[in-house]
Amino acid sequence: MRFGKLITLTVMLTATCASAQERPYFVTYSHEMEEPGSLETEFLSVTGAPPGGNRFFGATVEFEYGATAWWTSELYLDGQSTQNDSTIFTGFRWENRFRPLMREHWINPVLYVEFEDTSADKALREIVGHDGVPDFADSNAEARQDKERELELKLILGSNFHGWNVSENIIAEKNLSNEPWEFGYAVAASRPLALAASARDCTFCPERFQAGIEMYGGLGDRYSFGIHDTSHYLGPTLNWAAPNGITISFSPQFGLNDYSLPRLYRFGFSYEISQIFSHLHRQSGETK
Amino acid sequence: MRKMRFAPSLLILLLGLTGLAPGAADGTWLYSVPTHEHDKANPFAGRPEAVAAGRRIFEDRCAGCHGKNAEGHKKRPPLKSERVQLQATEGDLHWLLVNGNLWKGMPSWSKLPDPQIWQVVSYLKSLKQ
Repeated sequence: MRFGKLITLTVMLTATCASAQERPYFVTYSHEMEEPGSLETEFLSVTGAPPGGNRFFGATVEFEYGATAWWTSELYLDGQSTQNDSTIFTGFRWENRFRPLMREHWINPVLYVEFEDTSADKALREIVGHDGVPDFADSNAEARQDKERELELKLILGSNFHGWNVSENIIAEKNLSNEPWEFGYAVAASRPLALAASARDCTFCPERFQAGIEMYGGLGDRYSFGIHDTSHYLGPTLNWAAPNGITISFSPQFGLNDYSLPRLYRFGFSYEISQIFSHLHRQSGETK
Repeated sequence: MRKMRFAPSLLILLLGLTGLAPGAADGTWLYSVPTHEHDKANPFAGRPEAVAAGRRIFEDRCAGCHGKNAEGHKKRPPLKSERVQLQATEGDLHWLLVNGNLWKGMPSWSKLPDPQIWQVVSYLKSLKQ
């Protein structure tokens, strides 16, 4: 047991980190996959306050692994804390993304399949159906009674041109306990502040920053498709890829109608370990 | 009981595919490069600062698989090889970096802006000297 912990610690301290240079999106997925063999760990958080309700803080820890160059698998652990209420673990999600086309095209599709088992979730990783302010009215104890075992499908479309990335997600989600399909969307665009890299090592050079804009919301469900009683958010987004493999992201997002929370603040922190299993093999070899 | 068996099977499949991921770097990708991509000129040609910038990007992104000095590692091919240095044009390497060779384990680097991809190509081609 102690040996296992030692190996893990050593790997964490000595593994080659890579500058993630992820897109600065919090909800929208781009078509870009995790490099095969690399593990990215990410902490994503969101805070907001419903009108007349308690401020909440939602958090997700994400482990994203590049299984192959065309398949990325991710595990999420979600939790939330609500002021004047409680702090709880809300569940997990397991998602897989597959890239069906083996070449880069002007628009690139990725297929996304996710299973989630959550309750009282406030991480707001996507908005579907009629998600909105009324969902925040219940206390955590009440909200936990509502188990959400859901299958989520996404069609991710992404394009890169002249340094810009434009991504669109079409979302369909089904609660497996006999509830209707719910729909949503997310769109985003971003660009690095400089396209060419500088010749010298730098910490705050423009190519390490990406800025963009993100918008997402619900589209009702099978029986009431449309934007009536749905919430929508829009906001600028920015990230910075530090030289040591850490990427920090921030986005203030604004509700576009009365059914949305007025403001959300999102913060992300990610760290990528390149070729995680090669390092494990190397470490265990050296130990022997 | 069946559920208990399902999870380890998935894990084994995931790890198994990871082992296969690097695949055989047999160079067949060269035959897939369209002529107009093959003939593309590097806008950074002859600029030493592009080589230095390309080296930085290489160390960040590529060295994990191909080695710090591009010497290759297991099934990940060396980049000082005859194929990369003599057979492939700069346009070919640019095409490979944009598209990847996904089935053989080489990811697409289209997430990098085009100038950075050309800077990596400048660095790779400088390795023959």
